[in-house]
Amino acid sequence: MSQHDCDCATVQQVATGDRAILPKGAKTIPIYVMGKRYEVPETLTIMKAMEYAGFKFLRGAGCRGGICGACPTVYRKEGDYKLHFGLACQTVVEPNMYLAQIPFYPANRASYDIEAIEPVAESVHALYPELFRCVACNNCTKACPMGVQVLDYISAIKQGDIARAAHLSFDCIQCGLCASRCMGELPQYHIAQLVRRIYGKYIQPKAEHLRKRVQEIESGKYDAMLENLQKMDKAQLEKLYKEREREPDMAPLGTWMPKDTQYL
Amino acid sequence: MGYTPEMKELIKRVEATRPERVEKARRGEHFPALTLEERAVVLEKFHPDYQKEGRVALRVGPDKGLVVPQEIARVLESKSMLKHDKVDLSKPDFDYDVLIVGAGGAGSSAALMASQEGLNVLMVTKLRHGDANTMMAEGGIQGATQECDSPFYHYMDTIGGGHFTNQPDLVAALAHDAPLSIAWLESLGMMFNKLPDGRLDVRHFGGSSRKRMHSAGDMTGAEIMRVLRDEVRNRRERITVMEFTPAVEILLDEEGKCGGAILYNMETREFFICRARAVVIATGGNGRLHIKGFATTNHYGATMDGVVMCYRAGVGTTCMPSTQYHPTGVAYPEQNVGLLITEKVRGLGAHVLNIDGEQFCFPLEPRDVESAELIKEATEKKKAVITPTGRFGLWLDSPMIDLLHGEGTVRRELPAKFIQFDRHGIDISKEPMLVYPTLHYQNGGTAINADCETVVPGLFSAGECTGGLHGENRLMGNSLQDVITFGRRAGVSVARYLAKGVVVKKLTLDHVRKFEEELAQAGVENPIVAPILLPDYSTEEVTSRRLAEAVQEAE
Repeated sequence: MSQHDCDCATVQQVATGDRAILPKGAKTIPIYVMGKRYEVPETLTIMKAMEYAGFKFLRGAGCRGGICGACPTVYRKEGDYKLHFGLACQTVVEPNMYLAQIPFYPANRASYDIEAIEPVAESVHALYPELFRCVACNNCTKACPMGVQVLDYISAIKQGDIARAAHLSFDCIQCGLCASRCMGELPQYHIAQLVRRIYGKYIQPKAEHLRKRVQEIESGKYDAMLENLQKMDKAQLEKLYKEREREPDMAPLGTWMPKDTQYL
Repeated sequence: MGYTPEMKELIKRVEATRPERVEKARRGEHFPALTLEERAVVLEKFHPDYQKEGRVALRVGPDKGLVVPQEIARVLESKSMLKHDKVDLSKPDFDYDVLIVGAGGAGSSAALMASQEGLNVLMVTKLRHGDANTMMAEGGIQGATQECDSPFYHYMDTIGGGHFTNQPDLVAALAHDAPLSIAWLESLGMMFNKLPDGRLDVRHFGGSSRKRMHSAGDMTGAEIMRVLRDEVRNRRERITVMEFTPAVEILLDEEGKCGGAILYNMETREFFICRARAVVIATGGNGRLHIKGFATTNHYGATMDGVVMCYRAGVGTTCMPSTQYHPTGVAYPEQNVGLLITEKVRGLGAHVLNIDGEQFCFPLEPRDVESAELIKEATEKKKAVITPTGRFGLWLDSPMIDLLHGEGTVRRELPAKFIQFDRHGIDISKEPMLVYPTLHYQNGGTAINADCETVVPGLFSAGECTGGLHGENRLMGNSLQDVITFGRRAGVSVARYLAKGVVVKKLTLDHVRKFEEELAQAGVENPIVAPILLPDYSTEEVTSRRLAEAVQEAE
């Protein structure tokens, strides 16, 4: 990768791309990757530290931004009995941490037909009877790197509250750490996915304006308009672009209408 | 952790100007937006796309002569992973109606639609199903679903935002299909943000005339991706997903039609010949090429594989020289550098400020203009904060959001971002964020029409790897709509194409032979092997110890 030289003549930028760097004044610390010692710069994330040490990920790296669930990692600190959980792309290395990535953990997933499913908790119970093997140990919640209240949503499902479970589980990134720690052997994140889809499809109120718009589009209402736009030259388009009215920021949805309604 | 004492001092300047700025925002007063003419000036002078150094003319292929960033030229002027004359194509290992390469939003949508049409689908990906930029799109998805809006305005905003360089048929297809795509996602059970009566909640964004941005918390892309993935998993009888197994070369047949691809199991290093009557390339973007050394918001596998394979098979590109820099990438803390801070933060009213806590631009310009304005403030005006690792940063005043919309709005509307900064000791509802432009999106890509067809029969493409829809600048929320609209179109198009009774004839890699001869004739020395599949971030020290010159191949 070439030096970063485009528009920053006044400042020397120390990093290019994603290659790990030693920030000014940083010292190195020992970490143990699956028991093996490496010296890495402090302040890096586990992911960048491992790359600094020379690892090239195939499994265990995805979005690198804390949202895809590819890099769940379990670690202990020296002299500390506790297990810690985190995402390698988000967790900063600490001296003498012993870590292992768990990029995949087997979990049972039930197939279903979203069009045919009865939108009630009993459908979920029937697909995942192991729900009732939950002993409420809360290991799932402790393991969640997203801070999701896993046990709470599992309890909500058992109690039949789909809406509550859907909202409680919304931040789930399906990394599987909950399932890896479950005494009842539940696949929590698959159950949560099912519950959210039932909620989104059947319980959340439908968007009436969307239904109307779909009808309008399917009736061909906008076809000629779009056909016309494609034939316009830049000058015509620019004129129309400048003439657009802007919906006021603070206007409540569904209340404002433009003066010019010919294109609606 | 958190901000250094020096930075905390600087934050006081932001806090000093905040009350007055909040008052103005409440009255609906904005920092003035640039005119079209002023936009042109700031782009010309400060946007990396408009600068000449670091760009070279392509020496081979369908776009020979086109000037592109050197990082893109390097992968387009590349040789195959395989020697074309040493591969036996006569006994395919797999046989499918359609092969989909890439398992993000576009690939998964295409798979669902193709399976709906009764086709047998193989979807392959080099990482896991769903490891894609789709997963990372935070802000939302556009679609003219509200009464005051229509596909007309979606078209206008999109083509104006793209400086009228967009391919019109693609824009029309997007504007037309967008509400249908939203309805499809709703029917699959996606949890959109809605008002209590079911109305879809929508917001403004950079370059919008209407509130058209639909979202699901601040993880809209992740919600879309996990719903699509879940639905694909429900259709195992029609859709086979193969992970860690990218395509590395497209196969044509002796009539010039597309007839499949060579697949590569990255775990076992085996190759497989896949015959397919149609192929959809949906491999996503190229942020991991790190054009001009910029950091990127993209996922680990964004290395432009599909465009490379299509190029070798004779398919050119549209708008390839254009790259989107997202104006607000994280500049601090170092661990998060390059990661995206969604435009929604500005949509919710946060100002962009310089080191003195002053506004210097309208916060919701189209992205390229906004990026250029930030670069200008840092490089010409020298009014950026310099982070402890020597990076530029400008303030994004997120605490304004709670002041404008009520306590708790930041946590509710930006939960993922809140957690991400909280991990590093920064409460973004109380302290502003430091941002700088970051590589975000491959604007250009493989040339297609509105039915996702390329010039090669049987070879389709959809999503970020294609070009033309966004012209030279993409608006927020059009990328998620792109993958859904064109992913769905690709699936339907393939079915229409196959309904004509397509029979794949003898498979060939002759296009690879020709391309490599062209490389030699053009004097391209030491072309790299591509698709590169994954970036290599090892340090020079480690690389040197790998003794590449000294190692003997074991077999």
